[in-house]
Amino acid sequence: MISQLAVQGAQMLVVLLLAPLLIGFVRKVKARLVRRQGPSVIQPYRDLVRLMRKEVVLADNASWLFRVTPYLIFAATWVAAALVPTFATGLEFSWTADLIVIVALLGSARFFQALAGMDVGTSFGGIGASREVMIASLAEPAMLLIVFSLALVAGATQLSTVAAFMGSPEVGLRVSLGMSLIALVMVAIAENARIPVDNPATHLELTMVHEAMILEYSGRHLAMIELATFLKLLLYMSLIACVFLPWGLYGASAGPKALAVGAAAYLCKLAVLAIVLAVFETAVAKMRVFRVPDFLGAALMLALLGTLLLFVSRSL
Amino acid sequence: MPALADIIAADRQVEHHAPWPRAVVAPKAWNLAVEQLAAGRWSLLGLWGEPDKVHMALLDEAQTIGVISMDCRGGRYPSVGQHHSPALRLERAAADLFGLAPQGLPDSRRWLDHGQWGVSHPLAARPGGPAVASSYRFLTAEGEGLHQIPVGPVHAGIIEPGHFRFTAGGETVVRLEERLGYVHKGIEGLMQGASIDRAAKLAGRTSGDSTVAYSLAFARAVEAALGIAPPPRAIWLRALMAELERLANHLGDIGAICNDAAFAIMHAHCGVLRERVLRAADAAFGHRLMRDRILPGGTAGDLNEAGADAIRSLVAEIRRRFPHLVELYDNTASLQDRTVATGRLKGELARQYAAGGYVGRASGRDFDARRVPGYAPYDELAFDVPVLQEGDVNARVWIRVREVEQSLSLVEQILGRLPAGPTLVEVAALEGAREGMALVEGFRGDILVWLRIGEDGLIERCHLRDPSWFQWPLLEAAIEGNIVADFPLCNKSFNCSYSGHDL
Repeated sequence: MISQLAVQGAQMLVVLLLAPLLIGFVRKVKARLVRRQGPSVIQPYRDLVRLMRKEVVLADNASWLFRVTPYLIFAATWVAAALVPTFATGLEFSWTADLIVIVALLGSARFFQALAGMDVGTSFGGIGASREVMIASLAEPAMLLIVFSLALVAGATQLSTVAAFMGSPEVGLRVSLGMSLIALVMVAIAENARIPVDNPATHLELTMVHEAMILEYSGRHLAMIELATFLKLLLYMSLIACVFLPWGLYGASAGPKALAVGAAAYLCKLAVLAIVLAVFETAVAKMRVFRVPDFLGAALMLALLGTLLLFVSRSL
Repeated sequence: MPALADIIAADRQVEHHAPWPRAVVAPKAWNLAVEQLAAGRWSLLGLWGEPDKVHMALLDEAQTIGVISMDCRGGRYPSVGQHHSPALRLERAAADLFGLAPQGLPDSRRWLDHGQWGVSHPLAARPGGPAVASSYRFLTAEGEGLHQIPVGPVHAGIIEPGHFRFTAGGETVVRLEERLGYVHKGIEGLMQGASIDRAAKLAGRTSGDSTVAYSLAFARAVEAALGIAPPPRAIWLRALMAELERLANHLGDIGAICNDAAFAIMHAHCGVLRERVLRAADAAFGHRLMRDRILPGGTAGDLNEAGADAIRSLVAEIRRRFPHLVELYDNTASLQDRTVATGRLKGELARQYAAGGYVGRASGRDFDARRVPGYAPYDELAFDVPVLQEGDVNARVWIRVREVEQSLSLVEQILGRLPAGPTLVEVAALEGAREGMALVEGFRGDILVWLRIGEDGLIERCHLRDPSWFQWPLLEAAIEGNIVADFPLCNKSFNCSYSGHDL
């Protein structure tokens, strides 16, 4: 029991500590791809420490919601990220590690973020919130459809079970899973405000989505939101790794040696996904804001098609 | 239909105004010229004031250039802007600086003067007390669901200051209004009474990225006024510098436009090439941006063999690497999707505003000051002036791409035919006041310089007109109907100068 809790605690800490490193790594790879030196991979940690030390500047008309939101976002995202199996499945809290719970947690975080974006009443906050909600209104249904098709295949929405099933030989080669994977990647790009949906590195206020909502934040509030953003990227990468690359995942009770293998495999998967992300972001330009619905519409259709195919193949 | 030359010949022609004529005209002739402008037959090259006069540089259908001036009794003159909108901001600026009151000007708001100078009409015969600070009334747009987005003057990136007021319906821009003047440096005031050496330095600092073009325009105006012929080698070296400056800026712009569509790899590679140009310029002329290298009477310093070799290897490198970048631009569908059909500028507007440079040429206005009026040594060099009709961001990128290719060829031609000899002659003042002007093609478009040198050899009045004066208003038109998020892309494709415009 104690060791189970320890493993669960380790998982929560791992995601928290690893998330800035993942971002740092992605940025480093992107910088190298455009022949720049780039900041050190641990720069995001330094940024967070710097922000934590800085004073918080609040707009005069900021309400309590504006001050509370960063912690809500951080808490919801951290819990969601900690629920996704990383190096081991079947952890102490894995009964709560339900895909729908994760979607709901992220949805609530976004809800508060959009509210806080509009709270101060600046035009950029409003633009950012409206764009974010437009993106979310397509990304969330797509995500739910992906969850459904996974649930239909694996017979559960619980991630440990899904991962165990996906690792077993009975999964076979399924078209609908391929579609779900593509849809999930597209949703992940949109949800994490990456190119081509949003540009995380831009300084152009008018083109921002995620950044526009948090323009008014500073100090520890900004640190919380940034860390939540880092966690979200880690969450989606872990999710893709756990569902579609479930190799090297063992149960929590498998012993330290298996856990070590699981941890090594997890790190390798993250590195590969990070490199793929960086290469993809370097090779495409950002799309027009009104193209995003087309992009996410495609994700939605793929996920829907995946689900439909499952029904069709069942009845045959 | 009168020609510009007839109007000028019919009135009091000013002596010692070179190379094009200037005449002081009566209101009737002035209004006749305004009619020609309003009818779209002539183009406005510039409009500037003096404490008791107003001048207007014109280009007529026969590609003749001339200046007409009017004595302003009581500081009043008939407004050009009420019939020909490109003159609006120039008249507002002249009103701020000289207290001239254009009669019938539809927009009487201050332009350069933000009420921060501590004096009003600083260049008038008798400057007034501090202007009363009043809030600026932005133009309104009415309709359901419209909202305003104020952007700037301080921006998130490291760029110059300027305020943009968007009125948007959702994401679609209904109206954009610019407010400029934040980097007013008082260059025209500093020029008054400056020696020619000092004035040349000031001219070179009007807009940092066009320092060669400004120095060249100023030097040519001084030489025209004083009747000096610079040595042949200096003329060719100046063209070499001007083409290097054009290369550096166009390369930088192509990358920066792509970067605004989050396509960083293009930005990185173009940035490397731009840096190579700057280093070659440093090796050849001793300054990366070639500032203060062009002087009235010639050039400061000469090009040695090592410098020429640096430029030759630069041309070879760009020729090797640039085509791949163009291919990358052309073959990246996601990038093309952003630039094609975005920020379309109509050809009529480009012609009405006499927009120079890539802004005009991407919208079908075939004008290049190197060809018309033309100046040495370009009359002996072979080059094309690319013109496109589309007028969108993509067209403005392609004009730059083609001009990079032309500039490379020009640099090669110049290096191959560089005459030997001295590079500087002495500038000696002549008796009596002398006036001169020059029109020079910078990378943005044609820069106009008009000046009067007094009997003591000091500058009495010098006016520098940046090409951006006629491009900024067009940006407002080009963004209309586009989405807010596409503004940075359009803005970068125009890349107007704040500093050159604010003076």
